[in-house]
Amino acid sequence: MRYVSYKITLYNDPKVKRMSMNTEQPMEDRLWDYIDGHCSPTERSAIEELLATNREWQEKHRELLNIQQLLSSSELEAPSMRFTKNVMEEIARYHVAPATKSYVNKNVIRGIGAFFVTMIFGVLAYFAAQFKWTSTPAASSDGGNLNLSVQKLGQNLDRLETVNVTKAFNNTYIILLLLIAVILGFALLDMYLQQKKKELQS
Amino acid sequence: MHTELTDTEIIRRILQGEQALFAQLVQKYQQYVFTLVLRFTDNREDAEEISQDVFVKAYRSLADFRGESKFSTWLYTVVRTSCITFLRKKKLATTSMDNERTLSQLENRESGFSANTIEQKSKHAMVNAAIQLLSPDDSQLITLFYKGEQTLEEIGRIMGLDPNTVKVKLHRARHRLKEKMEKHFSYEVRELQNNSL
Repeated sequence: MRYVSYKITLYNDPKVKRMSMNTEQPMEDRLWDYIDGHCSPTERSAIEELLATNREWQEKHRELLNIQQLLSSSELEAPSMRFTKNVMEEIARYHVAPATKSYVNKNVIRGIGAFFVTMIFGVLAYFAAQFKWTSTPAASSDGGNLNLSVQKLGQNLDRLETVNVTKAFNNTYIILLLLIAVILGFALLDMYLQQKKKELQS
Repeated sequence: MHTELTDTEIIRRILQGEQALFAQLVQKYQQYVFTLVLRFTDNREDAEEISQDVFVKAYRSLADFRGESKFSTWLYTVVRTSCITFLRKKKLATTSMDNERTLSQLENRESGFSANTIEQKSKHAMVNAAIQLLSPDDSQLITLFYKGEQTLEEIGRIMGLDPNTVKVKLHRARHRLKEKMEKHFSYEVRELQNNSL
């Protein structure tokens, strides 16, 4: 009852009313930041001023300090007495695994990257070779810029659609690309086997 | 004169083959790890099994610890992933770990703490019991902050959250803890408040 009347008196005080504009949660948050030392020097001095003058803030501060003290002094749970022994018996069966970074060899990644880049450029080069580029005389005289006529472009695109896939594999470019891919594959396999050999030796 | 080895020094020597030194790390962190695991599961046997698994995993992947953070921060990340995996396996955690446990589970936990048993316990037991009533995320956050000696940034790294989000979550967790304490341990809370006046 005394607490209620005290609260009413506090809320009738215009100074307190102004300070209690925030709801309880932000006040609590601000106080927690103050207790944890997470607030700026400006905020800190503002809160210190409030704590010096405002009874509501003083009460809340005391309440939070109690919780803080309780949490800081709470005890940790202990496992069974045999815990360390059990863990040591268990790890005796294992070895420390090599670091994740070391078994993903950078050269392997580079090799795979080189393979895909070669393939992409090869395919692009092949299709570019199939494409007939033309320029109008007017465009050439206009500073030499290539100007593809819409009609020609349409015709060339039609031709692209009719590219024979089986015929493509008889092409020298594709054979060359496949050859590069096989060589890269062998290089990767060689790197992998050498790494395994080193691991076995060590 | 015997000087205590730092975690980094111990790890360096373990990686060079001194496996026995791992016992020092186990002894140093077993209570922290066990307490954190208990925040996920109420069963002490399960908690002990998971904790043991955490240390085995930590040992096996010790070469991955690059010293960019504290060993404890790295170890708590292993704790968290192990607990989530364990709960998934047990089908206890069907939703995100951010969510509170289902109401029924919570009610079961709350009913386990009768006023009579709590009255006989110390204030430490009361705090631990109140923490146990929180969701795994809230209780883990509070344990990491107060007992695990982790900063907001480090907790963020463990839980995969932004430090500001951790701060907000910590505020909320403490607020909920206060509510739980007032609801279930009102007598003890009043006693403490009277003592502090």
